[in-house]
Amino acid sequence: MKYVIKKLLTTLITLFAVSALVFFSFSVIPGNPAVSRLGTEATPEKIEKLTHEMGLDRPLPERYGEWVLNILHGDFGKSYSYNQKVTSLLSEKIGTTLILSVIAIILTVAVAFPLGIYTARKSDSKLDVVLTSLNQLIMAIPSFFSGILITLLFGFVFKLFTPGAYVSYKVNFLRCVGYLFFPALAIALPKISMVVKLLKDTALKEANKDYVVTAYSRGNATRAVFYKHVLKNAMIPVITFLGMTFADIIAGSIIVEQVFSVPGLGRILLTSISGRDYPMVQAIILLLSVFVVISNLAVDFMYRAFDKRIRV
Amino acid sequence: MSMLKVEDLCIKVHDRKTTDTLVQDVDFEMNKGDIMGIVGESGSGKTMTALAIAGLLSRHDMEKSGHIIFEGINLLDIKRNVLRKIQGNEISMVFQEPLNSLNPLKKVGWQVEESLRIHTSMDKNEMRDRAIEALRDVELQNPEAVYESYPHELSGGMRQRAMIAAAMIIQPKLLICDEPTTALDVTIQAQIVELLKRINRERQTAILFISHDLSLVNTLCERVIVMQHGLVKESGLCDDIFNNPQDEYTKKLIAAIPKSPFGI
Ligand SMILES: Nc1ncnc2c1ncn2[C@@H]1O[C@H](COP(=O)(O)OP(=O)(O)O)[C@@H](O)[C@H]1O
Ligand SMILES: [Mg+2]
Repeated sequence: MKYVIKKLLTTLITLFAVSALVFFSFSVIPGNPAVSRLGTEATPEKIEKLTHEMGLDRPLPERYGEWVLNILHGDFGKSYSYNQKVTSLLSEKIGTTLILSVIAIILTVAVAFPLGIYTARKSDSKLDVVLTSLNQLIMAIPSFFSGILITLLFGFVFKLFTPGAYVSYKVNFLRCVGYLFFPALAIALPKISMVVKLLKDTALKEANKDYVVTAYSRGNATRAVFYKHVLKNAMIPVITFLGMTFADIIAGSIIVEQVFSVPGLGRILLTSISGRDYPMVQAIILLLSVFVVISNLAVDFMYRAFDKRIRV
Repeated sequence: MSMLKVEDLCIKVHDRKTTDTLVQDVDFEMNKGDIMGIVGESGSGKTMTALAIAGLLSRHDMEKSGHIIFEGINLLDIKRNVLRKIQGNEISMVFQEPLNSLNPLKKVGWQVEESLRIHTSMDKNEMRDRAIEALRDVELQNPEAVYESYPHELSGGMRQRAMIAAAMIIQPKLLICDEPTTALDVTIQAQIVELLKRINRERQTAILFISHDLSLVNTLCERVIVMQHGLVKESGLCDDIFNNPQDEYTKKLIAAIPKSPFGI
């Protein structure tokens, strides 16, 4: 219980640190949002007036304090370029990106574990040699490129989905998931191959440990030694890796959303950055960090449930 | 007929080009209730011999020849599934490093019960009762707490006692101990040796005790085999070999024993 409280507290502190980092870093990068908004009409007087209206001439710490307080009340401010509330602009996109990430995570776990276990159990078979080489190849292909290949293959050749015809989850959840499956596959593929390799390598390493000899000495069959002893131990590095991977999947979805024309956080993040739309950019980065921090927290708890030696 | 008869045991390991002989022409016999020692410096083939008897040398690059006859069955040419019925049931083993020999993620109780789970059809409560009894029998204080703990929560001596409890839970006929005290403090060493003596006396369990420490073997065993470079140098009653060593290597081993204040 103490551990849970401690963890939650550090998570809160992390989030505060992230919010400060997000806020101040976007305030120091060059470029005045007032200028971007005025464009060619910018005269020094107009810029000064708009800068004042937007509150950009006030001291940074004051603006940061106000920003954080508003966020705590669920208010992320107004977008400069759309002149609408950030929350209403982002709410649907957050859902989209989350669904995409969750499908990618489920795919990674659901495919990588059985495959990893299989290759570890059959580590000297011919099929394993094929799988391992295939794995190396997949690991080397970046998501955006496998995204293009998937679009070509499943979209145009097999016509399993219509590229570009994304349906919002608010309109039809199942069709939305059916569409997002393909970008999720592009995100998951390299992760799957990494988890498979890691699981196999750690399982083979564990299989050489002393407790495995003990397990055999008690009359366990090879299968029982693997499932009752080796697997759980081999899972520990895999869980750690998954923690990092979840964060990576969320970040990776931004690029893949472009390839599959999915209107998630990725697309609006890019346009907001080029438009110096700081409230939007800050909100998106903060949200992405929250996803990452929360998924790390979940992995920490999982890890702890798994390995009683962990004392933090 | 003796319980265990090892005849001309040879263990070879095949490298890509060369073949190494790790153990050569080892012969000995043990009967019910015997307590026998194997001594020799590190690398002399003691562990390999023990693993072969326990049926734990099944690597593809290792070749075993000779006979290991246990209760009339040659362990070297029976099927794996037949061997498994003997392992942990009639022959149990205790290893050198109690921490590494325990699965770090499983409760001690679960590991102590494992042989029962594999070889009997006892239910959970029966197994638990038996495990706690076994833990009490190896003189662990508070066996219920030990049952619920994880290996890292115990001291080295407690872990080795738990390993002995796990090996003894199903009352095997032969207990093989491969340097069971080497990783422990001297005082704990003596306690473990006493424990093994008591087990041997009360249960009539035959014990094959392996050590590089000749004086330790002398306090525990009736008979001893002295090994070097995979060969048996000398074997016989401990008393004879101690008082009247024939082999040069045995003499060196005896000379190397630090003199204890009580004399040996
Ligand atoms: N896995 C292995 N592969 C090849 N040789 C080994 C292996 N393990 C041990 N050996 C060799 O076998 C010989 C006997 O080792 P071992 O039985 O462990 O000795 P001891 O237990 O008496 O110290 C040593 O020379 C050692 O180098
Ligand atoms: Mg050894």
